[in-house]
Amino acid sequence: MLERLTQFHGKRGWLIFGVLSLAVTVLIPVLNGLPKSFPLSVPDSMIPLMGKFLCFGMAAIAMDLIWGYTGILSLGHSLFFALGGYAMGMYLMRSIAGEGVYRSNLPDFMVFLDWKVLPWYWHGFQSFWFAMAMVVVVPGLLAFVFGWFAFRSRIKGVYLSIVTQALTYAAMLLFFQNATGFGGNNGLTDFKRLLGYSLQAHATKRALYIATAIALVATYLIARFVVTSKLGRVLRAVRDAELKTRFCGYESTRYKTFVWTLSAVLCALAGALYVPQVGIINPSEMQPSNSIELAIWAAVGGRGTLIGPLIGALFLNGAKSFLTAAFPSAWLYVLGGIFVLVTLFLPRGILGLGAFRRLRRAAASPAEATISPVVGSAPAPSEAAVPAVAVTAAAGGEVPAP
Amino acid sequence: MLSAAPAVRRRRSSSPGWPGLLGATALAAFLLTFVGGSGGAGRLARADALEDAVKGLASSSGETIIQNITQLSKLGDPRGIAALQALTDDRLRAGADGKAWIFDSKTRELVDPLTGAPAPASAKPAREVETDNDIRRAAEPVLAELQLGSPDAAVRLGAAQELGKSGSAEAGALLHRAFEREKDKGVREALAVAVARVDVQSPDANLRLSAVQLVTKLGNDQMVGEIQRLLAVGPDGKPAEADERVREEAKYALKAIESRRRLITGFGSVIHGLSLASVLLFAALGLAITFGLLGVINMAHGEMLMLGAYSTYAVQTFFQQHAPGAFKFYLFAAIPVAFIVTFGIGVLLERVIIRHLYNRPLETLLATWGISLLLIQTVRLIFGAQNVAVANPDWLAGGVELVRGLVLPYNRIGVVAFVIAVSIGVWVLLYRTRLGLNVRAMTQNRNMAACVGIHTRRLDAWMFGLGSGIAGLGGVALSQLGNVGPELGQSYIIDSFMVVVLGGVGRLAGAIVSALGLGIVNKILEPAAGAVLGKILVLGFIILFIQRRPQGLFAIKGRTEA
Repeated sequence: MLERLTQFHGKRGWLIFGVLSLAVTVLIPVLNGLPKSFPLSVPDSMIPLMGKFLCFGMAAIAMDLIWGYTGILSLGHSLFFALGGYAMGMYLMRSIAGEGVYRSNLPDFMVFLDWKVLPWYWHGFQSFWFAMAMVVVVPGLLAFVFGWFAFRSRIKGVYLSIVTQALTYAAMLLFFQNATGFGGNNGLTDFKRLLGYSLQAHATKRALYIATAIALVATYLIARFVVTSKLGRVLRAVRDAELKTRFCGYESTRYKTFVWTLSAVLCALAGALYVPQVGIINPSEMQPSNSIELAIWAAVGGRGTLIGPLIGALFLNGAKSFLTAAFPSAWLYVLGGIFVLVTLFLPRGILGLGAFRRLRRAAASPAEATISPVVGSAPAPSEAAVPAVAVTAAAGGEVPAP
Repeated sequence: MLSAAPAVRRRRSSSPGWPGLLGATALAAFLLTFVGGSGGAGRLARADALEDAVKGLASSSGETIIQNITQLSKLGDPRGIAALQALTDDRLRAGADGKAWIFDSKTRELVDPLTGAPAPASAKPAREVETDNDIRRAAEPVLAELQLGSPDAAVRLGAAQELGKSGSAEAGALLHRAFEREKDKGVREALAVAVARVDVQSPDANLRLSAVQLVTKLGNDQMVGEIQRLLAVGPDGKPAEADERVREEAKYALKAIESRRRLITGFGSVIHGLSLASVLLFAALGLAITFGLLGVINMAHGEMLMLGAYSTYAVQTFFQQHAPGAFKFYLFAAIPVAFIVTFGIGVLLERVIIRHLYNRPLETLLATWGISLLLIQTVRLIFGAQNVAVANPDWLAGGVELVRGLVLPYNRIGVVAFVIAVSIGVWVLLYRTRLGLNVRAMTQNRNMAACVGIHTRRLDAWMFGLGSGIAGLGGVALSQLGNVGPELGQSYIIDSFMVVVLGGVGRLAGAIVSALGLGIVNKILEPAAGAVLGKILVLGFIILFIQRRPQGLFAIKGRTEA
């Protein structure tokens, strides 16, 4: 067990991880609790904002699992994110039944639509744990079914991207409909309490932030566990040479379906944590552009590194918050420019800059020169592993089936 | 003041002079055809009788006015319409010279009721002719009668509709007579509806029956209310219509109306579907070329549509400001401009960005998405975030009415014709030219093509430009169908990818068939399932279809790599 943990990181890696985790989960809430006059004090308004960013960070890590490590560019992750959010939103709506504007037992928008009974799929959501189960089950099941059929039909590359985008688009149109029963255009909003605690209270916000931070650390550990396992090696082998991997006897469909579903569930959890912090969930969260932005977070930070997408998500969302307020017309230029420049010049993202320096050093000593800086037909190489080696290594050992 | 008795007088008090003489001759010629056969003296007498009757309308005595209205009715000359119309609209004025003048509310001038010539100074000041209900009641049927005899089909049509609403027995007789002699198809139908509308209220069951039968034959939906009233059951449990035969016929009539309505909406959806399909095809043709040839997913392709539409807008604005005389030809200038603009941008993008991303299709997807953001924002800064309106030139405005209620708009016909022309052009380019041969060779095996001396890199840029240029032409078409806004392209990009995926990558025929199919299916599902649900169904179908046939409808058969 302990041995397995050392495979996650080296000693220094664990140290950095521990320090960063503590900083996010403990230090920031503590700084927030300090009196306002204190120079390092974190203002109250920052807490929900940072909580939101951490949710995006979780989604970015989930995206990295499927794109960075398995080479599947999903344009459907905003759907899973939103589905998780909707499940949470449904709980928040149901838990305050009778306290809406219309004092009805039904959510306000249903009263507005003149509905008399609760649709069947809303039943059970008054229970928090049922809703939490749905956060996992609904997106997980959708991802599993969709993924299984898509991967079995060998849909891959840009085709898969387009089909996932179509799926998301169709779902968005569906959720925009009032008749679907999820509040149509406006979505679900006017939340009041989570587990009995008022969402307006700052203490609740801080608690939500801490929960998000812990979830993020957990997500990171789960992802780390997956990518350092033999399963993770097969995934990278699938990414770099799927045909060869299949010929080695690995049924790539299963591996892909597993990681696809896992990634969807992690994304949905992020969505579920996101909703109570922003106070609304509506179909525009499913926009195709949201999925693509999710991909660019991962690309900016550095695909196939886990920590990179997290950095990318925090960096880009910070920039977005700042720029849309300071230079509203410039933001799209910046975002568009980042899309173009990163794909052209930084195929490994921000973290790739560091890797580049290491490569220069390596070039001086021929022993390490096997690491090639060339980005060829394969999607971005992982940290330092040479793809071909991964295939042979994975082929040697037994790989636990998911 | 003035007697209504016909008297022989000179047409005008002033001497006519040459133009007046010409006018008089023309008038005489016209009257000859109208009255047909009566003697020269009678003609003159009638012309003057008309003039007197019109003059009499300006009388201050209501009785005299009514006498003159009757006189106009006897004369049956459609030139009396203007004066009668003015009388019922309170626009008739009695001039200081004792004649009747029409007050034109637009120009605020007095004009002659017969010739439309402006009134001389001697006519002023003019006083409004007082009308009461008696006068109106007398004037309206006469007006309608005269209008029914008018040589102008549009006037007859309006009169038929007006008379149908009044529903009186006299109107019925009038309409019957007009219906017998009417030749024009559109007016005939309007008259038939008016006849039916009047007859259906008649106390005679046979008349009612024939009226309902007429409706059954026409299938005209204007009569739905009346027919339903026949079938309604009164509060005492008795049906509103006593006669059993009429009730039976009314049921048939409702069915006929319903089936015709369905036919019209069905046909309408096909037309709308065709024009949607045309726009999709514009987008998909370009995508089929870039995706099939270069393996590049161009997410900025929709923005090429948008740029084409904005080019049209810019050309339109230029014509408005600098060459208003040639405005109706602006589209012919817009087509090459839009093509050149989008072609140029396409080539530029390929040279600067996309060239470096071959073999990395997923990253091309991201980069081109970024390009689309840049293009949208640039257009927003130049033209503003609001939608701009591109006007149809006269010859594309309006439409041809196939049957009543079914209009085939010229702009949609134009778009379909345009896409057919462009498709043929692309086909010729790809299958009948040396360049096309090279392109097809490259699509099948890029390395082999390069080995036999095809300049693949240069061809890449040309083809990317061509694909963008075709989308730009699509933008011209799109600008004729609706408003133009910076996000225009975004709404088409997913659909056009669906077309390409469904049709099979790089297949021209596949793109055409699937664009047609998707466009029409979309619009046919719309009335049945609602616009959004229809779209969801289509998307769901495509997702399932791809599972079964990942290679699309028209896959290239051959040993290409998996």
